[in-house]
Amino acid sequence: MSVDLILEMKGIEKDYYGNKVLKGIDLKLGPGEVHAMIGENGAGKSTLMNILFGMPVIRKTGGFKGQILIDGNEVTINSPEEAMALGIGMVHQEFMLIPGFTLTENIKLNREITNPNLISKVLGQKLEGLNFNKMNQDARDALDSLGLAVDETKLISGLPVSYMQFVEIAREIDKKNIKVMVFDEPTAALTEEDAETLLVVMKKITDSGISILFISHRLDEVLKVADRITVIRDGEIVGQPNRQNTSVHELARLMVGRKVERVKKEVDQEEFLTRSEIMRIKNLRVEMPGEAVKGLDLTIKQGEILGIGGLAGQGKIGIANGIMGLYESTGEIYFQGQKIGLNSPTEALKQGLAFVSEDRRGVGLLLDESIERNIGLTAMQIQGKFLKQIARFKFINLEDHDILRKHALKMIENLDIRCTGPDQLTQRLSGGNQQKVCIARAITMNPELLFVSEPTRGIDVGAKKIVLDLLVRLNEERGMTIVITSSEMAELKMIADRIAIVYNGELEGILSPDASDVEFGLMMAGEYKNKEVS
Amino acid sequence: MMMNEGIKLSEDKGLKVNETNRIKDRLFKILQRNIVPIIFTITCLFGMMMANIPIPFLLTSIFTRIFRNSFMVLSLIIPVMAGMGLNFGIVLGAMAGQMALVAITHWEITGGLGLFVAFIITTPIALFFGWLAGIILNKARGREMITSLILGFFANGLYQLFFLYFMGTIIPIKNKTLMLSTGVGVRNTVDLKAIKYALDRAFTGIIDFNGWLKGIAEMIFGQITFMPYVPLATFLLIILLCLGLKFFTKTKMGQEFRSVGQNNHISEIMGINVEKTRILSVVISTVLAGWAQLIFLQNIGTLNTYGSHVQVGLFAVAALLIGGASVTRATIGQALLGTVLFHTLFIIAPLTGQVLLGDPQVGEYFRVFAAYGVIGVALGLHAWQKQREIRDKLKSD
Repeated sequence: MSVDLILEMKGIEKDYYGNKVLKGIDLKLGPGEVHAMIGENGAGKSTLMNILFGMPVIRKTGGFKGQILIDGNEVTINSPEEAMALGIGMVHQEFMLIPGFTLTENIKLNREITNPNLISKVLGQKLEGLNFNKMNQDARDALDSLGLAVDETKLISGLPVSYMQFVEIAREIDKKNIKVMVFDEPTAALTEEDAETLLVVMKKITDSGISILFISHRLDEVLKVADRITVIRDGEIVGQPNRQNTSVHELARLMVGRKVERVKKEVDQEEFLTRSEIMRIKNLRVEMPGEAVKGLDLTIKQGEILGIGGLAGQGKIGIANGIMGLYESTGEIYFQGQKIGLNSPTEALKQGLAFVSEDRRGVGLLLDESIERNIGLTAMQIQGKFLKQIARFKFINLEDHDILRKHALKMIENLDIRCTGPDQLTQRLSGGNQQKVCIARAITMNPELLFVSEPTRGIDVGAKKIVLDLLVRLNEERGMTIVITSSEMAELKMIADRIAIVYNGELEGILSPDASDVEFGLMMAGEYKNKEVS
Repeated sequence: MMMNEGIKLSEDKGLKVNETNRIKDRLFKILQRNIVPIIFTITCLFGMMMANIPIPFLLTSIFTRIFRNSFMVLSLIIPVMAGMGLNFGIVLGAMAGQMALVAITHWEITGGLGLFVAFIITTPIALFFGWLAGIILNKARGREMITSLILGFFANGLYQLFFLYFMGTIIPIKNKTLMLSTGVGVRNTVDLKAIKYALDRAFTGIIDFNGWLKGIAEMIFGQITFMPYVPLATFLLIILLCLGLKFFTKTKMGQEFRSVGQNNHISEIMGINVEKTRILSVVISTVLAGWAQLIFLQNIGTLNTYGSHVQVGLFAVAALLIGGASVTRATIGQALLGTVLFHTLFIIAPLTGQVLLGDPQVGEYFRVFAAYGVIGVALGLHAWQKQREIRDKLKSD
């Protein structure tokens, strides 16, 4: 049996500074098999892949325990180079492509075909000239085998995002010795159709005898392509079902054991109509790259949870970013009847707006600062909270550490932020807990209106539920008006009172959360207005 | 082999280019991209007109300076390629060159042989300095430029310690002409007459290159009253370096440098030894700078022991930037153009200052002002350019 296995990982254990993240993982991969690995964020999938790929971070943090066998022989993998030599390829989650290089240069990166010359004979192989003809030919072949008809001499930077993933795959295919390919959430950056195409390509790859380790968050995809599925929870394997005898429900249950259902109570429709407006947006234009808003009108009601949905790139993300002054914008915004200025985050915050950014690590958090600082900072800057003066000097404001600490502890308890304490650095937190810190910071401002963008992006199912519950609680208990922007229609349906769909930078329409999937589909495709007209 | 039918992927909408404004846009973009050299060309022309400088004098001076300085400016290209930014640390290379010159002066090896020995001695010293600098710059990722600048200042301190206090005490020196009257420390100026023009005029008497040049020029322009001197061997050496750099970019190692320059992380994952590559780029740069300093000083003919190297980094960087290079992109053409423009400005600035303000002292001030000013202006313009690019990208979406 063991001879038939291409890859076997036995009893893999790993800890980071005493924190055990892998507790004895066994994994078997046969030839031409698609093996899916699913698990919440922080379950240990990435760590396992880092071990398999010989990433330096593993060695730097004290190595790991356990065995890796390739073709039945035990191997040690100390660097990505060694992993590649053993026939392990990786299609990374974030694109490992150099934008200023051509497709060929990227596909052949560090595996260039070279011609010896006089100088290289004296000074060494590294000075051999590059043979671009042959390299282009190889790249062409690899791209052709995927059916990708894009010019191999073009620069990556000019390529649509969807192509990049396939270029990465072409690079792995071009490695002739490849036996195992690891796909680390390859569909995360793709549209649904492109994701479908990718799944087809994966099948084709396995047909040629290459095995695939497939890491994904999308359970339906996993069920489509994987022969076997390993579910990891907290560094342990909790199930290894075959595709035939499992279901999305079972996988979801294995992963977290929580059910997905509507969280928020329905509002009384008649009462809702009588509610006053809290914000009116007129002809908003936002110059946000990739998410431009092109003249949007929208009214937000007092005390509601308004969902904003739509396909990627249609501008839904731009709305909150524009109103909060993060991207250049024009238009008129009336907040509680008053016109407010645009293009100034300070102004927006002072008006009583707060924002939880979709770019958690970039905009949302100061990663090198403690949890309590992150929670308190905006309120300190804008509202002068948590400050004390020395001997009543008005211009010398110091952080009032005691009050801040008290507040942070309260937040940590209320929001269930899993951490070692309020002075832990936010970069060490998991995605879900980072998101909770972001929300804590926003609600510390006591905002009238809270914008939340993609609150569950990149966090696991369990944490998702907690974050959504939290938003509903804020809405119901404090009466906070919340505008939630999300790519996941399901979560909007779970908590929103109304769902606005944005198409091509404009409002396409507003639906009730229990509207049919057909209506949502039509709106997101921009067909809704047309239908009404005809 | 796996799949014959093509796959269809969704395209980004932002890629469509507005056809109507294409030519205008492209012209504007060319102008924008070359705004730095254009501004300095205009400044040079303006200065030339104001000062009314005789062309023969100007041409002769510019030629001298091009051959003196190009090599040094070219030595900056490789670190830029490897993403290390502008290597102010070439000062270390210059120090290595000067150490070698002091050594051959001490041993009284003269002429072409002397310079050759200096090249031989410079190389291992510069290799060592470059290696040390590379290690330090690796620790200061993302702050290479300021680190290399400060490293240069720090090294200058050690250099002074070595030449002022160690020479004649720890290192016994027999040749007293080299030393200060106290017997400890090397003189402020070391006469390099013995190797002056050893490279520039290496082929004089063998090939009448400049005679040929004049002949060719006269065939084209008719009677010519003057002809700027072209030092053949130096000229060939610079061409050789240009060809070498060109060749280098097309090698496996060059490709590694470029990919490290674009993205450390990806290169590392692709199995390229990033740290080693970065160190190597600094080593190559330092060695080239060492040789460049030899070329520079054999033309000048005197070594200012405690001064010749000090400004080397700043001036070379200024020249490269004026040529239109940036922190992330530098070409041979930009290095050469920059050398021409910078040194033209250097010659013109004092004269213009004198004409405009009537004081040669002001002219001298003007010269220094120009050197520092251009770095500031060039870096400022590049920052502005970068902002424009971001805004343009946004608009096209």
